[in-house]
Parts: sequence; C-alpha cells; structure tokens
Amino acid sequence: MVQFNLPANSKVEKGQYYKDKTGSKNIRKVNVYRWDPSKNENPRIDTYEVDMDNCSSKVLDILNKIKNEIDPSIAYRRSCAHGVCGSCAMNMNGKNGLACTKSHSELDGDIDIYPLPHLKVLKDLIGDLSTLYKQYESVEPWLKTSKINDKENIQSKKDRAKLDGLYECIMCACCSTSCPSYWWNGEKYLGPAVLLQAYRWIIDSRDEDRKERLKKVADELKLYRCHTILNCTNACPKGLNPAKAIAEIKKMLATA
Amino acid sequence: MSAYKIIDHEYDVVVLGAGGSGLRAAVGLSEAGLKTACVSKVFPTRSHTSAAQGGISAALGNMGEDDWRWHMYDTVKGADWLGDQDSIEYLCKEAPAAVLELEKYGVPFSRTEDGKIYQRPFGGMTKNYGNETVQRTCAAADRTGHAILHTLYGQALKHNTEFFIEYFALDLIMKDGACKGLIAWNLNDGTIHRFRSHITIIATGGYGKVYYSATSAHTCTGDGNAMVLRAGLPLQDMEFVQFHPTGIYGHGTLISEGVRGEGGYLVNSKGERFMERYAPNAKDLASRDVVSRSIAVEINEGRGIGKEQDHVHLHIDHLDPKVIEERLPGISEASKLFANVDVTKEPIPVVPTVHYNMGGIPTNYKAEVLTVNGSEKTVPGLMAIGEAACVSVHGANRLGSNSLIDLVVFGRAAAKRAAELVKPGMKHDEIDKSETDRCLDRFDKLRNSKGSNPTSELRLSMQKTMQSKCAVFRTEKTLKEGVNEIRKPFEGMDSLSVKDKSLIFNTDLVETLEFDNLIRQAITTMDSAYHRKESRGAHAREDFPKRDDENYMQHTLSWCNGSKTKINYRPVHRSTLTNDVQYFPPQERVY
Repeated sequence: MVQFNLPANSKVEKGQYYKDKTGSKNIRKVNVYRWDPSKNENPRIDTYEVDMDNCSSKVLDILNKIKNEIDPSIAYRRSCAHGVCGSCAMNMNGKNGLACTKSHSELDGDIDIYPLPHLKVLKDLIGDLSTLYKQYESVEPWLKTSKINDKENIQSKKDRAKLDGLYECIMCACCSTSCPSYWWNGEKYLGPAVLLQAYRWIIDSRDEDRKERLKKVADELKLYRCHTILNCTNACPKGLNPAKAIAEIKKMLATA
Repeated sequence: MSAYKIIDHEYDVVVLGAGGSGLRAAVGLSEAGLKTACVSKVFPTRSHTSAAQGGISAALGNMGEDDWRWHMYDTVKGADWLGDQDSIEYLCKEAPAAVLELEKYGVPFSRTEDGKIYQRPFGGMTKNYGNETVQRTCAAADRTGHAILHTLYGQALKHNTEFFIEYFALDLIMKDGACKGLIAWNLNDGTIHRFRSHITIIATGGYGKVYYSATSAHTCTGDGNAMVLRAGLPLQDMEFVQFHPTGIYGHGTLISEGVRGEGGYLVNSKGERFMERYAPNAKDLASRDVVSRSIAVEINEGRGIGKEQDHVHLHIDHLDPKVIEERLPGISEASKLFANVDVTKEPIPVVPTVHYNMGGIPTNYKAEVLTVNGSEKTVPGLMAIGEAACVSVHGANRLGSNSLIDLVVFGRAAAKRAAELVKPGMKHDEIDKSETDRCLDRFDKLRNSKGSNPTSELRLSMQKTMQSKCAVFRTEKTLKEGVNEIRKPFEGMDSLSVKDKSLIFNTDLVETLEFDNLIRQAITTMDSAYHRKESRGAHAREDFPKRDDENYMQHTLSWCNGSKTKINYRPVHRSTLTNDVQYFPPQERVY
C-alpha cells in the first residue's frame, strides 16, 4: 500500500490568542495563518479578537486594524485598496478573493484568513507567485504586428468588444489557485489566469500571430488539463470568466 | 555593518519603480542596448498606475479638430502659470506619437465608430485657446491606467528587461555630487543589494499617503523623493497637492473625472448644479483645483449633503445605461462596492480627496534632476520621471489625463537622454564604503528600534496633521500650527517600536522605512506651503487670495535634513523650447 508522508512542518498548530483590549461588545474572532521563514517553527493559526464597532467594511480593513493596533508583525500584500492592483488576494472563509473588496459582513461566524491555496508560502499570507508570472511571460503578452508606420491600428468597436471580459484581469491569481487541476500540475498546466491572458492576445484583431499563439498553447498539459471544473469563474473577484476563455481556445483549435 | 550580506550588481542604468514611467523608460533603455535593471517594491502590475481611470491626453484630433498648441495652452493655464513652458511644449508636442506608440504596443483603447482611438472630454481641456470643450482624452473605458500598465509590462518582457521585484530601495549612492547607484533590500530573502549604475532613474510615484484620506495606494509613499532628500538634494513645489473633486465619501476611492466628461454633474443639498456659479463656461469640467475648492465652499457654507453636511452628490443616473456600461464600468463597480450605490439610479456621494503630487524631484524636460547652486545645475547620474518628478509640466495644478501622458513622454525622454550619456558597458567608478555604511546604519537602527511608539501611531498622527492643517484651504494660522505639529511624529521616531526583527518580508520594517520617507515629505510640504504667501492652483491661501506673479512666479525648492528644512526658489522657465509656439504670458485664470 502506498504510504503518504507529509513533511513535519506541514502541520498547522494553534498559535497565539490576542484578547480584545478595547472592551468592545461587538467582537469578532479572526483566525490568521502565520508562518515565519526565519524561525524553525511550524505554521500556526493566531486568533485576534477584533472590535467591529470601529472597523470599516472590508476584510482588508480588519487586517489593517490588526496590523496597526494589535500585531504589527503580521505580513500580507496590499496596495490600491479598491480591487485594481490585485495585491491582496487571499483565502477568506474557504474562498479566494480580494481582501479589499470582500465585505466581512458577507462572511459567517469566525473569519479564517489563509494565503491563496497551494502556493509556496513566503511568509504569513504572502504566497510565491513566481511560477505564475513565468507562465504569463510564456504566452508573450504583447501585440505582434508587422505594421510599421506612425498611424494607429484601426479596430472596429465590435472587434474591440471581444477584449471585454479579458483585458480587465488584474492577475491576482484567485482563479488559478482555486483550480484543482492547477494544484496538481501547476508547473505544466498554464492555469485559468494565464490562459485567459493568452486568449486576450489570440482574439485581438490587431494581432497577426494568432495561428502561432494557438499552436503554442495546444498542448496536453498547458491547455487540456482544464477539466471545466469552473472554480476559476466562481473565484474571480472581477467577475470575469476564465473558463469561457479556455473553452473559446479549445473551440478555436477544434474548428481550425 | 558586516552583519548584512551585500550582493553587488553593475548596470548601465537602474530604474527604480515599475509603474507607467519606470516601465516605459526600461523599455527604451533595453531598446538602446543598455544593460538595465528595474527595481520595484511591488510586482509591476501592482503599481498605482493601474488605478488611473479616465484617460491619457493627446491632441490626436480623432473626435474633432485639435492642436497640440491648444493642449499646451490648457496645460499652462491649468498649471496657473507655474509650469515650465519649455517642458510643457515638449509634453504636448510629443503626446500624440506617445499615444500611438502605446496603441502599437497593444493597449486596448476604446474605439470610435470608424475604429480610431476614442477620446472623451476632460476638465480644462479646450479648443482654440480656451474657447470650448474638446475631446482630447484617449480612453480604454474607465480603466486606462490598468490597460497601459499591463501593456507596458508586456513590452518590458518582450525586451527582456531585468526585474528585481519586491526589493525595497533604501538610499542612493552619491559621490562628489553625482549619483552612482542605489542600495536595496530584497524582501524575498532578506539580502542587501548594491546596484552600481551610470544613471539612476527614479520613478517611484507620489506620496499621497502623508494624508489620512487619499485615493493613493498604501504603497504611495514617495520613497524616491525621500532618498533624494537624504542625498542632500531639494524637492520642488511640494506645497502643490491635488485634491481630486470626486473621491467616494468615507472611503476615498477615486471616481474618475471621465464621469463628468461623459456628462455627469455635481449637486449640493439644495439640488443646485453649483459649478455653474463658480465656472460659468466649463462648469463641472473646470480644472480640479477649481472644482475641489467649489465643493469645499459649498460644504463650508452649509450646503453639503448628509447628516454631517460634509459631502456632495455626483449624478450620472440621467445617462443612458448603455453608455455607462460601455464607458464607465469600473466606477459603477467601485460605487457599488464602496458606497453601495447603483449609479444608474442614485447619485454617488463624493468629497475632495488627496490624489496627486504636482511637486517632487526637480528635473528639466530631458528628465535630468536639477538642483540650484547659484544657478540651475543638473545632478550627474540622476534622473526622475512620473509623479516622483516635478518637470514641471503640471505647475500648481495638474489637468486630468495629463499624468498618464507625462509618464510615457518623459519615460521615453529619460531613456533617450540616458542613451546619449551612457555607452553600453562603460566602466564603473569605485565607490566609498562609507555610503553603504551610512545607509545600512539607518536601516539597522530602524530595524532594532525598541521604543514605545508604533509606526502606525506616528503615521496616523502625521496623516491627521496634514489633513487638518494643509488641506484645500490654508491660512497662516493653520500652516503655522502645522509646521510645529508635523515635527512631533518625526520626533516620535526617537522612541520608535519595531516588533518584527526578521529580514524576509518584514512588513513592519517596510512600513517603518516608508514612514521615515513620508514624514520628511510631510515636513517639506508643510514648510513649503507656509512660505508661499499667495494663492495659485492647488495652493489656496485664504489670507492671500490672489496670485502674486511679482514675487512667486518661482518654484519652491526645499531641502530637508532631519526635521530642519531650507527653503529657496528658482524662477519659472519663461520661454518655450522652440519657435513652433509662442510663450503664453500670465493671464487671469477663469473657467
């Protein structure tokens, strides 16, 4: 019989409990995944009692409150705070999303905050996205055109509309890290985020490299590891549909 | 500081920052065959350029007649005559080619019926030297910055730019008044990196986070500006802070000026379209300083909306929902998320919110950093671009959609100038160890702070002081109080508390270093504002309500050592770059 051995440091332990010191009657327990690479310790879950009477509406506001008022050592990425930079993607009560756009009132009970699933953790809520970025680079995300002149390319409104639902992607990785297929084959399967980007260039009427682009992704592992589970579309905090983009690529290949 | 592992690099050019201007510069440098490193504390597409919504200005004339000279006039007037007209000429003349280049790179611009780049009206953008509204602002729906940033990152990848991502820059390396590179901390593994370069280009963006309420990202901490101050060089026109008229009330999220460009309008508690009173011609499309002041007056005079009467309403519910869906989808989403408003049915509650820094590192139109030592001089080896720079094309007030064009025009200009100055593979000077030691001493001291003041408390105190003492309207009294109060959080650093001592993704220390950067800029902003005793553009002094061209057609320069500043001035450039256009002499500024 096959035996699975999990590494010793994969066990998540119970961490510190930070009791409320404000005397608030409106307390919410927030459980946060913590791991410090400079200490030889297992990951742990720290619990913070947060005074919700003095906290704005989003999950990021909770994290900022914890960092500013309770525990400055907690590490997470964040920047724009309104859902355009894609920094604060994380897993909240079991679902991926952006902490800055997710209202905590939509989450039931205690709040559990974890890094995006199946990424190598660099520290606390910060995951390693370098593989995804390399995959993004591999789809050559730039316009390929032989036209050299000082005029703009003409693109009809209809052709431009084909880019809607694609160019808005903020590369937060919520979709790819929610995809079981990407969990298993993340090194080889491009995953929904990158395939959506691939399709954005395939379908751009100005691009002259469509055939080559299609050929490049037409691969058992790169593309066809998508098994239409649709977690990606369910996870996208921008309301995009990566699963549809992947289906469109498959359709183009099937009918080419 | 032998305790820190130092890794050395040699590059022809180092670009610090990977937003719109940094990426455009990096692309140009790579094209020129220069060995280029691009260092950024965030992954490029996380940069704040992604938040720019409405568009990028260029006199393409796709939607009616236009001329770059008209664009120049509007920019000069928008700047309230504090802009350098040689630089403004360069910006407006180069703008159309820069936008067409972006289109060629692949930016998904919205389109006109005949397939050209769509252009929308924007504040202060006019036809025929101020006569009527023109459609000059090129847009990708209301996500233009996002579209440009992602496209430029793609171009940088195409040109194999070498990125150093999630590296936090600490200080410049200076030698005999010239810049020889910079030192950065790699957050991924905790190592210290010394980049030697012939030219260092600072593209670190603005420092909106000195204020409590700003549309700026958490990361907009003006790190490059502070590095320049620590190098003993001045910052310019720091008192000019742009309040965007329409930040979402209570949250500060930006609602694009493009909303008013597409027909949106502001109302007070009486339901009046009050902008008609303040700007009879341009109305809601007057320049931002004018609209922000008008809103502030409405609120101060009791015509604000809400329980506290502290905001106004922005209406687009009269527009065709199809137009909203096609051209303003992003702000519809933001309004739903942060104000719980359905923009097709209800108005958006808005309030003027800190948005942009006209001030920054003084440069000429070639992006070379300037200082004054008797007369204007360039600083060898140092350039600045984007919001970090003060070229100065925006003068006392920037027009909407002039910042995105600033990024690409001067990003490109910096690369061109660097290629003239540096030949690939030139030998590097020896640099003294003392520069590295000085930098790491500061780093080590902050890291090992064991006092009682958490960074977050000092930051909050700084932000509240800036918000209350250096706001839309200023007076001698508020500024004088501000000059004293803003030094308290600086002094608080004597007993600073940093809990996390580690070196990998120590965001406690990152925020402390950012605060150390912010507070120096807060002090120079407050002191510069105190010393300018006139009203011009975004700097509105209630006690000096008029512009004073006799005494203040000058750029403020401020040096900062610790909490001590030195204020000096340099004259505004009163000539154009070429004979293609005549100098626009100061006029009364009405919209």
